[in-house]
Amino acid sequence: MINSSTILIKQGRQRRFRKWLVINILLAALAVALCMAMLLLGNTIYPISEVFQVLMGERIPGAYFAVNTIRLPRMMAGLFAGLAFGMGGHIFQTMLRNPLANPDVLGITTGSSAAALFSILIFQTSNTVVSLASVIAGLVTVLLIYLLSSGSHFSIGRLILIGIGIQAALSAVISYLLMVGSQQDLPAALRWLSGSLNGAKMETLLPLICTVVIFAPLLIVLGKQLDILELGEESALSLGLSTNKIRLILILSAVLMIAFATATTGPIAFVAFLSGPIAKRLVGTGFSNVLPAGLIGINLVLGADLIGQFAFEVRYPVGIITGLVGAPYLLYLLIRMNRKGYL
Amino acid sequence: MTLDDLMAGLFLSSSDSYAAAVVSERVPRTVFSLLCGGALGVSGALMQAVTRNPLADPSILGVNTGASLFVVIGIAFFNISTAGQYIWLSIVGAIITAIIVYGIGSMGRTGNTPLKLVLAGAATSAILSSLISAIMLPRSFVMDQFRFWQVGSVGAANWDFIAIFLPFLVSGILLAFIMAPSLNALLLGDEIATGQGVRTGLLTLVSAFTGVILCGAVTALAGPIGFIGLLATHLMRLIFGPDLRLIIPMSAISGASILTIADVLGRLIGSPGEVEAGIITAFIGAPVLILLATKLKVRSL
Repeated sequence: MINSSTILIKQGRQRRFRKWLVINILLAALAVALCMAMLLLGNTIYPISEVFQVLMGERIPGAYFAVNTIRLPRMMAGLFAGLAFGMGGHIFQTMLRNPLANPDVLGITTGSSAAALFSILIFQTSNTVVSLASVIAGLVTVLLIYLLSSGSHFSIGRLILIGIGIQAALSAVISYLLMVGSQQDLPAALRWLSGSLNGAKMETLLPLICTVVIFAPLLIVLGKQLDILELGEESALSLGLSTNKIRLILILSAVLMIAFATATTGPIAFVAFLSGPIAKRLVGTGFSNVLPAGLIGINLVLGADLIGQFAFEVRYPVGIITGLVGAPYLLYLLIRMNRKGYL
Repeated sequence: MTLDDLMAGLFLSSSDSYAAAVVSERVPRTVFSLLCGGALGVSGALMQAVTRNPLADPSILGVNTGASLFVVIGIAFFNISTAGQYIWLSIVGAIITAIIVYGIGSMGRTGNTPLKLVLAGAATSAILSSLISAIMLPRSFVMDQFRFWQVGSVGAANWDFIAIFLPFLVSGILLAFIMAPSLNALLLGDEIATGQGVRTGLLTLVSAFTGVILCGAVTALAGPIGFIGLLATHLMRLIFGPDLRLIIPMSAISGASILTIADVLGRLIGSPGEVEAGIITAFIGAPVLILLATKLKVRSL
């Protein structure tokens, strides 16, 4: 009797794992296809063979410049920023057990943007300083939200309200910076603010790539602990998890990834918010959704960028497209949560 | 600027000194900011009373952004450029947004709670602002016209603005004063209000409408200035208690003072340029929102 039920459980587990694996492979394949599309499409459409030759290092006139200096960095920016936003957002949503508690709504991306904009417009500093400022601001914002919302009456609703308040204050800072910034920097600043892959260069991507290469594997490894945390403090402790340490590591890595991505591409709206819920809907529960959320982030950013580049007469930055898709979803989610009485 | 210069500028119309010119520039600005602030204060008080929700404010509920979107559409697609046209578009935008936000925020068993209403406002704002950027980015002429307006400033004020605005303000504030006693009853709950002979449906509709129109009119002329309603009302509630017969007129006065102080402060900080009043009010108002959020009881979230 016991034997047959363990077999059943095992089978169920295997089935869920197979589903998880298949969906991850499909998502990765889609991401690769979108990456190729990013390299192939543009003012001139190059054949695949030519793009490969350029990637291998051959200097084909015309194609070399277009692919290597413009399209490759653009693709890489989308790839790494998408992964960072997707994973980071999923970590926040899972740890706080509420899809609304994501970096976009809580104002963490706004904090990073304000600091990055400050260093761009006021100090006109190098990219390293911009990245650093935005990372520090992201961390400070998280700390501020934590300090203001912790205390004897913690509630997730209060935390979200406080996040919205902080976001309002930071938006005022951003408006102020746009007012005092010099006229010639403004179009670039506005474009950056709406989240854009334009003008990505290999050397400016370096901090983001390094962060993702270090922290994405860490987060994937910690995925299981994250799921245990979601069960609640008591269950996690009784399962032998040192919750505070894990929580700190998870939050730090998530904030670092999001802040570096924000510094590089600007705040690409709602990718951090959308990826987690989509992953949950596709994969279900049972295995960690960190990797699928990251892959969905990549697909969202690259897909939205392709739409923004080619679907309309004017070229829209990627953040406008994700914003137009993401904000209605946020509203839909709110309506559903309200109906079910979760809020 | 000395007090003497001010007096000379105000009362000696023949005076043609530099100081007099400056004063005659600043007078409409000051009057305008007093009027706008008063309207926003009353609008906030009305919205809080109708929704029975301490966090209601035109900017937090996204009503401002709705008004902005309609004005941007007007500028971009219908070549609209006069204040008289702005004001109607902006009011329509404000009304539609208010209905949507309130509808979403009060869904479900628990009715409208501060958290649900604020979240609905934030989400709606997010959609509307991405629409605004999508319309604005490819059209640089709209961006020029809109960028300064978007922040919220009383700097563009002149007597024409005030003339257009005054009818809305006067009728709105009068309506608010008349409704104050019935709104007091409404605060006790729908049943009690009905028992006291208040027609709650009509009252709610009219006062919500008045609040939204006041804020829409201000937004049309000055741009989205946030948090005045929140600041003014809570300050007055702290001093005078919850009686709306006192709160509504006092919110008008304190709103007017807060916006004017913010404008002066912005000019002092930003000198020789200026920091728009909308930035200052958001910067003062947001911490108040946070403070209120930390004070709310968990159950009432």
